[in-house]
Amino acid sequence: MSGLSFRRLKALCWKETLQIFRDPSSILIAFVLPVLMLFIFGFGINLDVPRLRIGVLNQATGVEASGLDSAMQGSPSLDVRHYRSLEEMSTAMTNSEIRGFVVIPQDFSRRLSHPEDTAPVQVVADGSEPNTAQFVNATLNGVWQTWQLQNADDHGRVAKGQIGLEPRYWFNPSAESRNFLIPGSITVIMTVIGALLTSLVVAREWERGTMEALLASPVTRAELLLSKIIPYYVLGMVSLLLCVAASRWILNVPFRGSLAALCVVGTFFLLSVLGIGLAISTGTRNQFNAAQAALNAAFLPAMMLSGFIYEIASMPPFLRAVTRLIPARYFVSSIQTLFQAGTQWSLLMPDVFLLMLSSAFFLGLTAKLTRRRME
Amino acid sequence: MNFFLRIRALVLKELQALFGDPSSRALLMMPVLLQTLLFPFAATLDVTNASIAIYNRDLGVPSTELVQRFSNSSAFTQILNVRSQEEMAHAVETRTALLAVSIPEDFSRQLAEGKSAPVQVLLDGRRSNSAQIAFGYLQGIVDGYVKDRTSASGKLPPSTLITRYWFNENLIYRHFTLANLVAVITTIGALILTALSVAREREQGTFDQLMVSPLTPEMIMIGKAVPAIIVAFFQATIILSAAVFAYHVPFRGSLLLLYVAMFFYALSLVGVGLFISSLCSTQQQAFLGAFSFMMPAMMLSGFAAPVENMPRWLQIATWPNPVRHFVEIVKGVFLKDASAGRVFSLIVPLIVIGIGTLGMAALMFRRKAA
Repeated sequence: MSGLSFRRLKALCWKETLQIFRDPSSILIAFVLPVLMLFIFGFGINLDVPRLRIGVLNQATGVEASGLDSAMQGSPSLDVRHYRSLEEMSTAMTNSEIRGFVVIPQDFSRRLSHPEDTAPVQVVADGSEPNTAQFVNATLNGVWQTWQLQNADDHGRVAKGQIGLEPRYWFNPSAESRNFLIPGSITVIMTVIGALLTSLVVAREWERGTMEALLASPVTRAELLLSKIIPYYVLGMVSLLLCVAASRWILNVPFRGSLAALCVVGTFFLLSVLGIGLAISTGTRNQFNAAQAALNAAFLPAMMLSGFIYEIASMPPFLRAVTRLIPARYFVSSIQTLFQAGTQWSLLMPDVFLLMLSSAFFLGLTAKLTRRRME
Repeated sequence: MNFFLRIRALVLKELQALFGDPSSRALLMMPVLLQTLLFPFAATLDVTNASIAIYNRDLGVPSTELVQRFSNSSAFTQILNVRSQEEMAHAVETRTALLAVSIPEDFSRQLAEGKSAPVQVLLDGRRSNSAQIAFGYLQGIVDGYVKDRTSASGKLPPSTLITRYWFNENLIYRHFTLANLVAVITTIGALILTALSVAREREQGTFDQLMVSPLTPEMIMIGKAVPAIIVAFFQATIILSAAVFAYHVPFRGSLLLLYVAMFFYALSLVGVGLFISSLCSTQQQAFLGAFSFMMPAMMLSGFAAPVENMPRWLQIATWPNPVRHFVEIVKGVFLKDASAGRVFSLIVPLIVIGIGTLGMAALMFRRKAA
């Protein structure tokens, strides 16, 4: 049966480590890319909208219409451009120059002052960017409501029965999308290191024939697997700490959890993705296929199905069930908790437990596949 | 004549390598099918099926009716009635509720007296985007309620805001996602395939054999480019068909324009792939290098979040990113029936990028051959 010789294990680990550092692409993936991605997620992906570009066509004359117009121009969330015709404005929207427009019709002031009449204002938003379109609608509604209250006030009419919703954010007071995207993006980065990098490793050994050389030696299955896992685990943990440090000190994303909790959570997640990567490479034996399999089986699910950008609750039931099988989901949840809520074990325990299970599963799978290949 | 015969031979060899091996075939088809089946359902920023906690201290009819309207909305399927401030906070903290609404005890009285009645809403900042959108829905429900109250009292509100959405009337997120998916799949296919295939030949030593043959570096590049473009077209067509026939995404523009744009896009990606692989000696390097380009490129392309949300300097810096232009083209052709003029103005950057990268790749290949 397979024993374990620490001498052999040490030698193998050293070999792996040398291979890692001699290949610039490992350094690229483990250190350069994560920092680059953090900057991109920090500055490039912004789901909060700074200033919405909208067009305004004011066909009315009269004080109230210009009042509404000024209210829109004065809003810090809107970047208003005026147009002279509907065609011009429509073309601007088709060409994505504006994300919405407002038409104040000619009879606006007249209908407004008539007590029995309602003055409609037309808003059109660009549905090809649904998220932004909803913000356009919400922002314009806000501006219009404030203007309405003001207008009623000025005319001596009391605004009857308005309900005002006052939002307060828990855990992320500034509501910057950055603070919730960055913890999630660290998950994607870890998946890349854990699964993508390692998926190539064993496959390459098979392709080059060095695996057979290893098999001919006294090296046991356990030593072989551990020698693959340990160096990449260390690499992954260093990268994780680097990412968290960069988020905290360069991007100023607050981290409220403890280092120990981060290491525990990180360990089990890394072991899971390492297991996935090694299982893929043992199964495919071919770098070309291993790379593509890793991309599709590890990376894309981590991007799409982990809850990092796209909310799991909004997915249909069968897909929600599928996400339970993806370790990235639990890591995203725990990392977001650590960053924004702190080390609350009541929140973390379920995720950590499931991560432990998944690491056992994937590493076990790899062990089983390796045995089959070796015999 | 020789020129074309030789390239044809290369292209056929390449296609055989790609499609001859069953596992390779599977890997070209399966991911595309998988992504087309799963991701349009996964990738939505809509909020449906969210849970909302309600702390209602008011006993009057208006608050009950308002709460009723909240629960009737399709966005909120789980309503939690909580009895205290702590319970409310706990629900948000444990992610049991996305947001919590706190209605004060004098709510109905304030409304009856014609005054403004404030309502506090607590949002989970860890999921801030969903929370903000859910808040927007709440706002809509409240507006509807206020409108109904005013019209019930026989009076019309002085003015109303009527909102319509062009290009995607019901804001069906799937339309947006599938249009983007065409771009994404084409990217992965063309880029990774090209980079990996050259690197693989290099690792196996067959690249040197190619170099000592009568083929020039340019011919080899064309020989690698053509199969990659074919595969990209093939994969994109699968998604396009799925989008139009299975998901009923309206296709309003010109198919011809889209394929022309796709050709130039695939070409620019092939250029990038060839350039990256010309710098690498192993498959690992080529794959990770191409990936290191692809990730930032996709993130900064407007596929997940709009380009205009980025700071100005970043918007300018991402001009050389071909993905960004193609995503805009695909959305324009699919949803907005973009004109030929508009599409061509977006193809120009792709051509520039393509010429640049292919030129650099040719340069690198020549240097390595010499």
